[in-house]
Amino acid sequence: MSWEWQVFCQDTITQEVGASCFGKNGDVTYLDWMLSAWGWTVSVSLLSLLIALVVGAVIGTLRTLEGRPWTVRLGNAWVEFFRNIPLLVHIFLWYHVIPAMFPAMKSLPGFVLVVFALGFFTSARIAEQVRSGIQSLPRGQRYAGMALGFTTFQYYRYVLLPMAFRIIIPPLTSETMNVFKNSSVAFAVSVAELTMFAMQAQEETARGVEVYLAVTGLYVVSAFAINRVMAFIEKRSRVPGLIAAGGGGH
Amino acid sequence: MNLNIDFSFYNWDLISNFVLKGLTFSVLLTIVATLGGVFFGTLLALMRLSGKKWLVVPATIYVNGMRSIPLVMVILWFFLLVPLIIGRPIGAESSAVITFVAFEAAYFSEIMRAGIQSIPRGQVFAGQALGMTYGQNMKLVILPQAFRNMLPVLLTQTIILFQDTSLVYAIGAYDMLKGFEVAGKNFGRPIEAYLAAAVLYFVMCYALSWSVKRLHKKIAIIR
Repeated sequence: MSWEWQVFCQDTITQEVGASCFGKNGDVTYLDWMLSAWGWTVSVSLLSLLIALVVGAVIGTLRTLEGRPWTVRLGNAWVEFFRNIPLLVHIFLWYHVIPAMFPAMKSLPGFVLVVFALGFFTSARIAEQVRSGIQSLPRGQRYAGMALGFTTFQYYRYVLLPMAFRIIIPPLTSETMNVFKNSSVAFAVSVAELTMFAMQAQEETARGVEVYLAVTGLYVVSAFAINRVMAFIEKRSRVPGLIAAGGGGH
Repeated sequence: MNLNIDFSFYNWDLISNFVLKGLTFSVLLTIVATLGGVFFGTLLALMRLSGKKWLVVPATIYVNGMRSIPLVMVILWFFLLVPLIIGRPIGAESSAVITFVAFEAAYFSEIMRAGIQSIPRGQVFAGQALGMTYGQNMKLVILPQAFRNMLPVLLTQTIILFQDTSLVYAIGAYDMLKGFEVAGKNFGRPIEAYLAAAVLYFVMCYALSWSVKRLHKKIAIIR
């Protein structure tokens, strides 16, 4: 078989190969379409990641509170709910079921609903990591905070969380890469992201291999970019004296 | 809040007509992909630990490649490529089985690699001292211990795999979620169908992960 990379310079309506691979005067080529799809993938992923980090940090912290069994149980229930139902089903629940129950949400675009579904889904995984990060700290740290007269909020804010968040950066890195991979599931509710583009462009142009290769490449590039960002954060925030801070390694 | 939910249309006929067919496929796909994935994953892990460059490099590229691509894209890739390679179209279901075995092999190989690496070196030397070949040593000494150590993680990965089978939606294979969706569409009750699917997935996965936790405790005591 032969390669036909000109497929990306084709107009999406006339299927003609233009002089420039970017459409002019409102025309759209497959390259334009793919780049905009990449934009949707990145936006869905980053916004979901934002929700996931905030909600996950809160839920994960609540799950380690001492002397508050019901708060802990509530946090555990949140995590179990999201861990035992597939992401695709969560996306369907947000896209089909929740707007039907709350008519006020019917006007929201599918993009927003998917961001919430993916964000909350990922928050459960991050909550699990935050919890294990906090619980991996020696108990003495908590007591030291208490002995200094800190309130619960203060010893979490100044003693436990700064250490816990640094410890969990490696698993968080793989979770941020998972968000990018999981955003592909948004195709199921017609968000115009990369996987959706891949399926439709493959059907329209019958050049599936070229289209899939390009899309796969963009996913790998996105995952690698976020991996480097997290590695930079890890390097800047490392704690002196821990094994991770020892020279070199990576 | 507008709750107009009616589960009364869920009778046995509907479940056996729509849901059971999909559930059977999801469970079969999970079992085949687990067995195949563990088999090929173990081979990949042995390749990566062999220390021979011509085995290590391809296995590493394969595992890291699979792990950095979204599963949906892998499913689409196989659905596109397998017919091109074998020269005739195959059904979505057969394509899904091949995809999941190939994809899960990468994940299972990482688990098996960790399991093999967790065995003390002395075990390898003891096997060698008894005059065992590499194959005997692996089969009789190392792998049984690695499997046992990794059993809870392997089973947890199987639960994730069961949830991931829902993604065959991308190529239109008839799995459990599809069964619920078709039932919901036929009866004009999609909301109830999605809710029921969520409940069934939750019950099955929660029960499984609870059993894995129990097993983990049992194994931990014996060791």
